[in-house]
Parts: sequence; structure tokens; C-alpha cells
Amino acid sequence: MLDLILDPFTMPFMRRALVGCLVLSVAAPPLGVFLVLRRMSLMSDVMQHGVLPGIALGAMVGGLSVYAMGFGGVLAGLAIALLAGFLSRRTGGREDSQLAGVYLIALAAGVALVSSQRGIDLTHLLFGSVLAVDDTALFGMAGVATITVFGLAIIWRPLILESLDPGFMAATGGHGAVWHLSFLALVVLCVVSGFVALGTLMAVGLMMLPAIAARHWSDSLSGQVCLAVLIAMLSSVGGLIVSFNLDVPAGPAIVLSAGAIWAVSLILGPHASLLRNGRQIA
Amino acid sequence: MNPPPITLDRVTLRHGRRDIVRDLSGVFAPGSLTALIGPNGSGKTTLLRALARLHAPAQGRIDLGGLVRHDIALLPQASAMDRSFPITCRDVVALGMTARLGPFRAIGPAHLDAADQALVAVGLHDHGKRQIGALSAGQFQRVLFARMIVQDAPVLLLDEPFSAVDPATLTDLLAILHTWHLQGRTIVTVLHDLDLVHDAFPRTLMLSEDRPIWGTTAATLTEANRQRAGLSSRSAWSPRHHHAA
Repeated sequence: MLDLILDPFTMPFMRRALVGCLVLSVAAPPLGVFLVLRRMSLMSDVMQHGVLPGIALGAMVGGLSVYAMGFGGVLAGLAIALLAGFLSRRTGGREDSQLAGVYLIALAAGVALVSSQRGIDLTHLLFGSVLAVDDTALFGMAGVATITVFGLAIIWRPLILESLDPGFMAATGGHGAVWHLSFLALVVLCVVSGFVALGTLMAVGLMMLPAIAARHWSDSLSGQVCLAVLIAMLSSVGGLIVSFNLDVPAGPAIVLSAGAIWAVSLILGPHASLLRNGRQIA
Repeated sequence: MNPPPITLDRVTLRHGRRDIVRDLSGVFAPGSLTALIGPNGSGKTTLLRALARLHAPAQGRIDLGGLVRHDIALLPQASAMDRSFPITCRDVVALGMTARLGPFRAIGPAHLDAADQALVAVGLHDHGKRQIGALSAGQFQRVLFARMIVQDAPVLLLDEPFSAVDPATLTDLLAILHTWHLQGRTIVTVLHDLDLVHDAFPRTLMLSEDRPIWGTTAATLTEANRQRAGLSSRSAWSPRHHHAA
């Protein structure tokens, strides 16, 4: 039993993947908490699909370097974020269907572009491959995580105020759009940085599932953020072990682990769970 | 407090192509307490937003006499805030100081003390650590008043602050409003309850499709003026027993 848990991490590539995922577990879930609070869960879907064509274009232009693909992914993600913001303003917040249209197109375009390239394995790109986490990818993840944690610390208070009461922020001369866009930029960075290990479709899972699980355990913002990080770390370790032993891609394995924790939280958690049904549901 | 007068010079406010307020001129005198009334859609909220510089007049000019953004505190209708957000009453009140502190200057222990004192002033003695999601409508409105206390602005704009509160809360909040008035702040409040306007507000600005009427409450709230503005029937308004509901 202990072998099943420890054996995977005797492999250097598994240790790199572990470090990468743990680093991402610190950075991504706090963003997920804010995405949930701001009722922007759909936005994470849009992001994960939106970065794919950028990654593919990066690979076409710059070859199979992580940085070229990452840079393309970030540019595409930012473009999608701006487009989503524009659609949202135009439709007065009812942009759901249009966002769905955007990300379906982005996914199709991304898959088409990737398929036209030799040398890129679509499965790895979408669902991740721990084998691909080399030192370059690892430094990329660590760098992004550092930027994200510091970035979120800087925009923490204005972002809370903008999420809580955008009207008050506007009335007191705050620039809500600045904080909103800075936040989305951090989300894009995190999604892109996760794609090597977790795949573009799964990186968002490490962001969102711990965040929605944490809601059932804490009713304070900092509590939710800390718990979400903890849950993401547990999911990363558990997922990588499952991935190694059962030979499934790392992304789905980690997301399924996080999903299991969420399911337990939804049933048992002290806040708004199925067992404590009712009054605390927001 | 001695805020400068706020002068409106032939102000026209527009939503899209529709003029909502036309050619409004007048002065909110320093320290005046004005009720802003009128039928739905007559532009009360828009005028308040224009005074807070959130809505630019299509024509005319609003002279704020040198007041800057954080000198004007606006309390919008409560529905604007996300009450499911996991945050304590104390933090909501303390965030009111960011109007003056900006996004980065620290909220220190002294600020948090001020937030607690403001909560006491609105009658929420031990609610500092409570989540805003757990509050009743009346308690929540008290928190918003506490936030306005720490904003400490010389000009206060309130949009239907009593529309969903119980009678006890109404009494308490009205007392706070009068304290602000005695401190010399300029106050403009959108209201529906004409009895309340009559009892507690010295001045009234009545908006309507027709020419706006602006003056002392006694001179403005005449039967003839009310009929012209489409406010003749008191029961069509939210009389006070609606507030209790």
C-alpha cells in the first residue's frame, strides 16, 4: 500500500510533476474562489477553451517550446477576456450564450490547428502529460504561481470591494474595470501555466473544484481561500498517484480527485451542504 | 462641516434619447436636508447619480463648488450589493474608508475601531464579526448607514434608504439622518413616503413629467402640486404601513 503511494515519486518526472502541481495548487484555487464569488464560473470554461488556439499558433510559429506555446496561450486568453468583457457590456450581463459561442469556436479552431501540426499530441495538450513537465515547464509554473500570488495580494482589497459592491466602488471613484481585468489576466496566466502538466481542459479543474468545495467548509473569504489551496494540494498528490498507478493522464486524475473531495464536501460540509440543507444557501 | 452649495444650472439628464429631467435649476444649500420625490421613472435615481458624478448631464451644468469624489457619499438602493459575499459587517463598514484611503493604504486598528463604533452608532453592538448574509433587511441597511458614517462625507446622497426596513430601524436610521443634518452635512434623499417627507424633511424637490418643483416642503407638497405630478392619491404611494411589511 505504502509502495503504491511512494513509488510514483521515486521517478524524477513524477517529482517534477508533483512540484509543479503543488505550486499551481497555491496559485490557482484563490482565483477560483473569486471566480465563484463573482459568479463567473462560466468564464473559466471560456478561458480553458480560449487559450487552445493561442497555444497551437504559438507552436506553429515558435516550434514546440513551452514558452512559445505559453505566450500564444496567454495572448489568446487575454484577447478572449477582453472580448468577453465587451460582449458583457453590450448585452448588459446576459452574455452566456455568446460566451458559449466564443468558446466552442475557440475549441474547434484550436483542435483544428493542433491537428494540422505534426509533433503535438492533442491528448497531451488537452489532458496533460506528467512526462512533459521538464525543467522549463516547471520554472514556468513556478514563475506564474509567484506572479499570481503577489498579483492577487496587490489587488486583494479592491477586488473584494469590486466583487462585493461594484456600485460603491464606482461611486467612490474606484476603477473597477482595472481590477476586473487584472484579475482575469491572472486567471489566464494560471490556466496557461497548467496546460503542460494538466492539459488546457483540466487546468481549470484545479482552479474551480477546490474553490467550490471550500465553500461548504468556511464562510469567510480567507478561510475559503486557504481551504481551497489545501484541497488542491491533496487533489494533486492523490491525482498523481492515481495517474501513475492506473496509467491515466494526470489532468483527469487530479480533477477527479478534486471532484471527489467536492462531492464529499457537498454532502457533509457544515455550510449549505445536502446534510445541512437550507438556510445558509446563498 | 460646511460644504459648499451645489448649484444646478439648467440641467437636462438623458437616458438614451429620452429626456428624464429637463432644465432643472436650483441650489442645494450647505447643510440642507432635501427629500427627492416623484413618480417612478421621473429621474430621481438618475439625478442622484448625476450629483455623484456617475451620470453626465446631457445639457447644463452641475457645480459642486470644488467638492471631490470622496466628499460625496452615495447610498444606492440596497439591492446593488452582493449579500451572499462571505464578509463580516465590520469589514463591509471598514471598506467604506477606501473611499478616502484608496485601494492600497492600510486599514489599521484605528480604522477598525472606527468601524466598530459606527456599528454601535447604528445599533448593531455585537454584529462586527457577523456575516452580512445572516442579516435581516433592516440590519443590513443599518450596516450601510454605518459605512456611510465612516465615509464621513460632507455631502450625502441616499436612494430610498427606508424602502425595506422595519419601523424600529426606520426610527433609528432617521435619527442618524438628523444627526448628520445637525452636523451641517448637505443631504439629498429619494423617498416614496410623503408622510415621512412631510414630517422630517424641511425641503423637497418634486420631479415629474412637468416642471420640477423645488422649495420648502410645505410649499412643494401642496395638493395641487401633487396632482400635477401624478401624486394625488396617497395610497398609490408606499404609505408607512408598507414599510412594516
